[in-house]
Amino acid sequence: MAYSEKVIDHYENPRNVGAMDKDDAHVGTGMVGAPACGDVMRLQIKVGENGVIEDAKFKTYGCGSAIASSSLLTEWVKGKTLDEASTIKNSQIAEELELPPVKVHCSVLAEDAIKAAINDYKSKNGDKAKSA
Amino acid sequence: MKTPIYFDYSATTPVDPRVAEEMCKCLTPEGIFGNPASRSHAFGWASEKLVDEARNNVAALINADPKEIVFTSGATESDNLAIKGAAHFYQKNGKHIITCKTEHKAVLDTCRHLEREGFEVTYLAPETNGLIDLEKLKAAVRPDTILVSIMHVNNEIGVIQDIAAIGEMCRDNKIIFHVDAAQSAGKVPIDMGALKVDLMSFSAHKIYGPKGIGALYVRRKPRIRLEAQMHGGGHERGMRSGTLATHQIVGMGEAFRLAKEEMAAENERVRMLRERLLNGLKDIEEVYINGDMEQRVPHNLNISFNFVEGESLMMALKDLAVSSGSACTSSSLEPSYVLRAIGRNDELAHSSIRFSLGRFTVEEEIDFAIDEIRKNIDKLRELSPLWEMFKEGIDINAIEWAAH
Repeated sequence: MAYSEKVIDHYENPRNVGAMDKDDAHVGTGMVGAPACGDVMRLQIKVGENGVIEDAKFKTYGCGSAIASSSLLTEWVKGKTLDEASTIKNSQIAEELELPPVKVHCSVLAEDAIKAAINDYKSKNGDKAKSA
Repeated sequence: MKTPIYFDYSATTPVDPRVAEEMCKCLTPEGIFGNPASRSHAFGWASEKLVDEARNNVAALINADPKEIVFTSGATESDNLAIKGAAHFYQKNGKHIITCKTEHKAVLDTCRHLEREGFEVTYLAPETNGLIDLEKLKAAVRPDTILVSIMHVNNEIGVIQDIAAIGEMCRDNKIIFHVDAAQSAGKVPIDMGALKVDLMSFSAHKIYGPKGIGALYVRRKPRIRLEAQMHGGGHERGMRSGTLATHQIVGMGEAFRLAKEEMAAENERVRMLRERLLNGLKDIEEVYINGDMEQRVPHNLNISFNFVEGESLMMALKDLAVSSGSACTSSSLEPSYVLRAIGRNDELAHSSIRFSLGRFTVEEEIDFAIDEIRKNIDKLRELSPLWEMFKEGIDINAIEWAAH
């Protein structure tokens, strides 16, 4: 299967690989996918007092497209508010990375990952997150 | 050293230059281009002579009578002709067939087709080393079993089935025994004088011959009958009509002749390379060898790297031409059905790589491959949340994952 140059770039030079302390109140963690299906994504965001995502980290077990989708997502969410980040759609990721139809599920997983990370942060911070 | 390096000899091999040279002599006006079936002139006679020689060479590699060799378009056609041909001819004796879950799709899909025609098929599960337990095979035999089809060497994991013992059991029970030998001819000694095998499928392009040509061995004593699947001019004793492709057949014959001459020395050389590759990889944490290492062809290594996904590994190993699962199924996203059948979980099946070495593999390429693999396994594991969890002592199987 031929990969787009953007997928290869993110795959060979993945941005923001790493882990944050998942018990930190400022950190939201989303882990989606399943090993048996061949992809697991873990996306973490660090949210500032003003409700803006200051940093994002990921680790992904999966194909090149899954790694690229999560790498791209970490770049996109940095500097966005939680509300802005939650509007990112999988179709935008698929379009940016020129994913073929059989790889669209990787972008769906990335969208699920950011939603899960935001939900995790909100559930940890309750009303404070809502007012931010 | 040229990259990418070819480590996919079980998918196909390049044509040996010595083979190509012989083939080229059978194409142009100056060459031997006649129709081997033309009995009325010298052009036909010359082609027929070359076809006879090639048939002798194919038969010689497996110690068979040349009259037992039927040329086909490849092992897929041979499997179809053997299984459908025998099932149709002998269906008055029963409609039950036994095969194995790890067979090639050419056998499995043919059996599925026969099921739709009203045959009953038992798909045996192999043991976790990939080998068939003869007792389980015996237990699957019924009074109406007419055919057993078991491959000699598995295309993905390279394990060698005990076709001698299976053949004895089949002969005792008066069951026809077909063997798909696409992956074993020229790699494992085959003696049709001793083996109780009735039908055997061969391919040329797995042993440095051209694509598009293969053969089916059809035993004469005791005589095995087949219903033809291709009708026409009655070529190949009525079993496979169609003008004989002289240049393809000559290529197959030369490839089989070279295999007979060079097999023993080549196997030892390739085995050393395979051991070198294995030794360079086996101390990596969480690697699993798929398939038995003793009953195995010397050129195959199938290995799973836990917590690394196979497709991303292949993408990382862009300088190595390897496969994940078999070439026939690697366009799908399903993990290898062969690895699933030997009990590997989905994660390990997803993380598998098949290396198949061959005639033109050299030591330098093996060393390069070891370096590339070690470097990239480290890199991908740094990226893998599963690896991090494993290192933290979290049991990944205890987590309730949401399948998608």
